[in-house]
Amino acid sequence: MSSLRSFFAARGFLEVDTPIRQPVIIPERNIEPLRSGDAFLQTSPELSMKRLLAQGCSKIFQICPCFRKNEKGRRHLEEFTMLEWYHSGENYQKLMEDCEHLLRHVLRELSAADALEDAVAPFFPGYDLQKDWEKITVKEAFQRYSPCSLQQSLSDNSFDEILVEYVEPHLGMGSPAFLIDYPLELGSLARAKADNPHVVERFELYLGGVELANGFTELTDEGEQRRRFCQELKEIENSWGPDLVMPERFLFDLGRLQGAAGIALGVDRLLMLALGIDDINDVVTFSPADFF
Amino acid sequence: MLSASDLRKGLKVQIDGNPYIVIDFEFSKPGKGQALYRCKMRNMISGNQLVQTYRSNDKFDKPDLEERKMQYLYNQDDEFHFMDTANFEQIFLTREQLGDNINYLIDNMDVEMLFFESQPIDITMPMFVNLDVTKADPWAKGDTSGNDTKPVTVETGYVLQVPPFVEEGDKIQIDTRTGIYVTRVKE
Repeated sequence: MSSLRSFFAARGFLEVDTPIRQPVIIPERNIEPLRSGDAFLQTSPELSMKRLLAQGCSKIFQICPCFRKNEKGRRHLEEFTMLEWYHSGENYQKLMEDCEHLLRHVLRELSAADALEDAVAPFFPGYDLQKDWEKITVKEAFQRYSPCSLQQSLSDNSFDEILVEYVEPHLGMGSPAFLIDYPLELGSLARAKADNPHVVERFELYLGGVELANGFTELTDEGEQRRRFCQELKEIENSWGPDLVMPERFLFDLGRLQGAAGIALGVDRLLMLALGIDDINDVVTFSPADFF
Repeated sequence: MLSASDLRKGLKVQIDGNPYIVIDFEFSKPGKGQALYRCKMRNMISGNQLVQTYRSNDKFDKPDLEERKMQYLYNQDDEFHFMDTANFEQIFLTREQLGDNINYLIDNMDVEMLFFESQPIDITMPMFVNLDVTKADPWAKGDTSGNDTKPVTVETGYVLQVPPFVEEGDKIQIDTRTGIYVTRVKE
C-alpha cells in the first residue's frame, strides 16, 4: 500500500477521498451494485473522480473499497480494493506507461523492504517485469488464440466465453501484457480511435492470465455518452435495476472535460500476483468465509 | 428454481431430466463483461461428466432427490429386496444396479439409499462391514515368494486377499469403499 502511494506522490498526484455510498451510479449492465438503504455502494469511484477532473483537478488517485454484487470466486470478492488514477489531457498510452513504472516500483519497494529482513522468496514469482511488455489488440488476440474471429464472437454473443476460455489463459505469461483496442460495444465510457470509429482506446493489463487493470481514454462527448447510457439503462431496467436514473450531473461535468485518461487496478489481485498466491480470499485480512 | 449465482461445489441441479452434482466450479468475469459460471458436473445416475459454462440469467430445476434408510431383507435370483425402515415399504434392486455392493450385503444390514423421482439411483453402504470367512485354505509356509497373503471366501461369496493367520470361521472387517481386508474381528 505504501509503495502504491509513494509512486503517485512522487509524480505529483493528489490523493482524493470520495463518497463510497452514492445515490446515483454509472449504469453498466454487467456490473450490479450492492444496495445500502436507498443508495448504492460504489462499484468504482469513477463517477466522482471524473467530476473532480471536470472541476479542475489534473492528476488524482484513490485507493478505496468497491462493491459488486454476486462476484465471488477465486479472483473475485464482493468487497475489494480498487486503485484508480486519472490524468487530464492524456490518453491510454500514457496509462500503459504508468502501469509498467508502477509495477516495477512496487517490486523494487517490496524487495528493498524484504532485503532488510533477509527474506529469500521472490516477488512476482515466475514473472519478469523488466522485459518489454507485449501489446496485442483484441482482434489480433482472437486471430491468434480463438477458434473463431472477433466479428463472429460479437455477432453470436459469445465474446466473453471465448475470451475467458481461449484468449485470457495466454495473456501475460512470463511478463505482463496489454490487451488493447476493444470493439466499440465493449467500451461504454471509452473514446473511439480517431482513425477507426468502431474501436475504442481501452486496454486491460494481464499478468499470468489474470486481469489486473482496465484503463481507457475517456469519452468526453456528453451526447454520445448519454446515448450509450440510454442503451445500458434499457438493459438494466429489465433485470436488476428498474429504478436506476441517468447520472445527469456527471454528464454535465463530462461535457466540460478537456480530455482525460483513467484506469482502475485491482489491489487485491496485484497482491495475489506479487506473492504468488492463487486465491484472492487468501490475500485479504478477513475473507467472507472467515466470519463463520 | 435455482439460478446460476447459486452454483457452487456440491450443489445438485437437474439438467435435461437428469440429476447432476457440481464437482468443480469456477466463477469468472472478464472486465466489463458478463459473469460466467464454469461447472464440471457428474450425472448422478450414469456417472458421466459434463463441463458447461452458464451465465447469470440461466435457471435450473432442483432435482427431486430423497435419502432414505433401508434395510436389506433377502434376495430372490437377481432381485435384492430392501425395506424402508420408516414406512416398511419394500422395493428391490437388481444385481446390476447394486454393482460391487453385492459383495458386502448381509441380511438385516442398514444402508442409505438415494431416490430420484422415487426411483432408487444410489446406495451408500456402511464404511466397514464384518463378514464370516466361509472358506480358507490352510497356509503352507514357503508356498509363495514373499507375498504374504492368501485368498479366502466370505459369507457373501466375495473372494479377497487376507494375511495368512485368518482361518475358516473367523470374522473379518472389510472396507466397503475399496473391498480390502482391514482386520480380524473378535466376538
